[in-house]
Amino acid sequence: MPSYILKRILSLIPVFFVMSVVIFLVVYLIPGGPAASLLGMEASQDQINALNTELGFNRPFLVQYGDWVMNVLRGDWGTSYLLKQPVLQAIGEHFAPTMSLAVCAEIFTLIFSIPFGILAAYKHGTTVDTVTVSVSMVGVAIPGFLLSMFLMLLFGVTLKWLPVAGYAAMSEGFGQHLRYLLLPAISLGVAQAAYITRMTRSSMMDVLYMGYIRTARAKGVRESAVVFKHMLKNAAPTILTAIGQSFGGLITGTIVTETLFNIPGLGMLIISSINQRDVFVIQGVVLFVTLVYVLVNLVVDLTYGLVDPRIQMGKK
Amino acid sequence: MAAATTSEVNNKILKEQKEIRRENLLTNSRLMIGFLGFVFIVLCAVLIPMFSSVDPNEMEISARLTPPSLHHIFGTDEFGRDLFIRVLYGARVSLCVSSLVAVLSAIIGTIIGIYASFFKLLDHILMRICDGLIAIPGMLLAIALMAAFGNTSWTVVVALTIVYTPSVARMVRASALVTKEQTFVEAAKVQGASNVRILCKLIFPSVISPLIVQASFIFAQSIIAEASLSFLGAGIPAPAASWGNILQASKTVLTKAPWTAVFPGIIVILCVLCLNLLGDGLRDYLDPHMIGRRKSK
Amino acid sequence: MKNVENQSQVLLEIKDLRVLFQGRKKLLPAVDGVNLSIRQGEIVGVVGESGSGKSVMSQTILRLREHESEVQYEGSILFDGQDILKLPLASMSKIRGNQISVIFQDPLTSLNPVYTVGNQMSEVLMLHKKMSKQEAREKSIELLNLTGIPSPERCIKQYPFELSGGMQQRVMIAMALACEPKLLIADEPTTALDVTIQEQILDLIVELNKKLGMSVLFITHDLSAMAQLCHSVRVMYLGQIVEEAATAELFACPSHPYTRGLLSCIPRLDTDREEELPVIPGVVPPLTDVPVGCHFCTRCTLADEKCREEEPPVTEVTPGHKVKCWKYGQTEKEKEAVQ
Repeated sequence: MPSYILKRILSLIPVFFVMSVVIFLVVYLIPGGPAASLLGMEASQDQINALNTELGFNRPFLVQYGDWVMNVLRGDWGTSYLLKQPVLQAIGEHFAPTMSLAVCAEIFTLIFSIPFGILAAYKHGTTVDTVTVSVSMVGVAIPGFLLSMFLMLLFGVTLKWLPVAGYAAMSEGFGQHLRYLLLPAISLGVAQAAYITRMTRSSMMDVLYMGYIRTARAKGVRESAVVFKHMLKNAAPTILTAIGQSFGGLITGTIVTETLFNIPGLGMLIISSINQRDVFVIQGVVLFVTLVYVLVNLVVDLTYGLVDPRIQMGKK
Repeated sequence: MAAATTSEVNNKILKEQKEIRRENLLTNSRLMIGFLGFVFIVLCAVLIPMFSSVDPNEMEISARLTPPSLHHIFGTDEFGRDLFIRVLYGARVSLCVSSLVAVLSAIIGTIIGIYASFFKLLDHILMRICDGLIAIPGMLLAIALMAAFGNTSWTVVVALTIVYTPSVARMVRASALVTKEQTFVEAAKVQGASNVRILCKLIFPSVISPLIVQASFIFAQSIIAEASLSFLGAGIPAPAASWGNILQASKTVLTKAPWTAVFPGIIVILCVLCLNLLGDGLRDYLDPHMIGRRKSK
Repeated sequence: MKNVENQSQVLLEIKDLRVLFQGRKKLLPAVDGVNLSIRQGEIVGVVGESGSGKSVMSQTILRLREHESEVQYEGSILFDGQDILKLPLASMSKIRGNQISVIFQDPLTSLNPVYTVGNQMSEVLMLHKKMSKQEAREKSIELLNLTGIPSPERCIKQYPFELSGGMQQRVMIAMALACEPKLLIADEPTTALDVTIQEQILDLIVELNKKLGMSVLFITHDLSAMAQLCHSVRVMYLGQIVEEAATAELFACPSHPYTRGLLSCIPRLDTDREEELPVIPGVVPPLTDVPVGCHFCTRCTLADEKCREEEPPVTEVTPGHKVKCWKYGQTEKEKEAVQ
């Protein structure tokens, strides 16, 4: 097991390298340099050149990249021109709502997707299966922002059950916090739930007719144990991977959802930065979210190893 | 004398498989519904604007935010523009952008994937680059690229192609590697077939069907992605009617005029749904294992 | 060894069993009117090509097929006086692994890859014998010892993929024997193994049959394994038993053209090297295309109009030796002409 963990962590080094180059390039390649973007249309070429020099963007690529990486590692992610504060600090201030939203949406996702995925596979070909597959088919096809708008209209405007938009921090009471998060979490979770239901169903289908399932039944194991002990543990790696991968969709989905529901999270931060051309904040948020995503997938992969002994032994 | 020879039986089985294939195509409801639905949407988007005199950008101030009626089937938006015709013009833009993304990422991904499967060193470099790109959540990368290069339809195409190409490359590489291990490729090598010949005659055909399936999913994904980008203001710039823009405009008048979001939204969902059905159906149809599996059921 | 068990009680009796699968257009009879009985302590062999329905028949005894596809049954399977086919599916779990066990063809896919050997063995014991974890562990070690696994203490901590094929099959056997079943169904237990290992596994089955007195239903397409192991043999073709006899009798005077065909396919050391080995012409027709009349008529060199139109009756050659063929009972002269 330790060698598996080490291997998995070492394999992240090239990923981090490529990822950091790409994220660095996003700012480096801006036509006219970052200063042109920061200063806007009205700035003269002299002003732009002056700022580019001040920020060090006239230096060779490798020097700039090395410098940027060192700064990032030291915790200096640049300064927001708009907010006049360090990028990392801005991210810290906007992280809590996004985190809350993502967790709520993930809980919603898992509660619905795993049981229905298992059920649909086990009862495949029946009405339960057809309905589950059809619903998840539609779920995957709805863009998050559309679902958000539809849910807002239905539950916020027409039925008035839940607040249309807005955000209450955890400090205003947990109930209130949840009340505001419910709609965004659902509209974010539906697409994820649909995807994971499909993946759960197909990975369960893959093990449904395996020899060892037949053996388990031939041993007299009860159906519940056949499904939850023998099938699920074998299907788990695929399901876990799907959950890890869908986390990327979840966290980028928060960008759209937050802007619609007026939740002051990372999504709001990046969108207002795009409007204000605050390039370092954009870069910082992308870097931060990517790091979170990579870490989540690392954790998923490590649990994967716990579930499947073949992975630990390096046989697969 | 009545003993059926092996070849006779084989012929019979082949014939039966052909029949099953044909039957599968027709009874594959996902494939048929998806295909017909998508073709219908495309035809509407192409034909109706050709024969209609309504200008999608013509503002009729007196008819602002009118609910759906016979005159305006989908109603009008806050500038009094006819939503139905705008959705159709939007379809042209959105479908063009998305299909370009699907085609480009399929082509570039295939080239990268096949190269990677042939050269070991290149494989390592290319796949690490793909890993790095895949590590960045897709929409986020697209948003960042849009922010850097500015909003135009072309940047949307480029950004989304960059997002989707790595997964195509990986898929192509994986199935090319599997094929390369197959005995028939070994046999061709032993017979002295050149690399180019093996590639064109043996490996490429095996990659085609998963590629078509994945391209149809990327098509569907890019429709959602383009709509989301435009909706966030990081996509196709405003006056042009794209699905994302139409929906973005509806955001501010959502409570007053829900139809501005509902009808265009339903069209977007239907289009994505049809493409997903098409992809699912194609996957079932093109998967050679399905013939046997269906039969044993 | 052959006729020792004739007096003992019948343990399992299959009567007119038909197993039908839902095909694309019609019901397909994978097993088509099988009669078979197994006495206590007897080893019964069923031999046939793939697609003959032998595996389906054996799995029907435990009703394992129902979980995987739509199945319809006709006839009955009496085990210990009760009709297995009439039991509710849920109560099958009391019989499975407890009174009737199975070993399957491919031990690697038949063992769950994500649980240790010990875990999978203890599961049966804890389920049927209500043992504690500790007791089950000790019993598992004992069973593995019985099947000749060198260091059982180590083996129970290992995962199936860490064992060799022979060891995996021994684990399967140990697991099948855990609750001392009355009947062991061995569904081609040696097909996936090396020849030397095959011998060991067959010896093990014979030894356990003698030691524990359990009956064995041995399914195979390997006639030499059959000869070595079984008290009596059934030959299956396309869902039907075409010939049944005590093993020695069958080998000495095979009466069905199909059986004769199978036996002549075995290469012998004393045959001329130049001579080509005979084969049965054609292939087993698919279930969608079962011939009317005698099922074997499409490949039989003796077949005539009658064979293609009417199903042959079962005729008794000598007591205990039955054959399902129109051509049986022809004059010796005609028979010679055929050979």
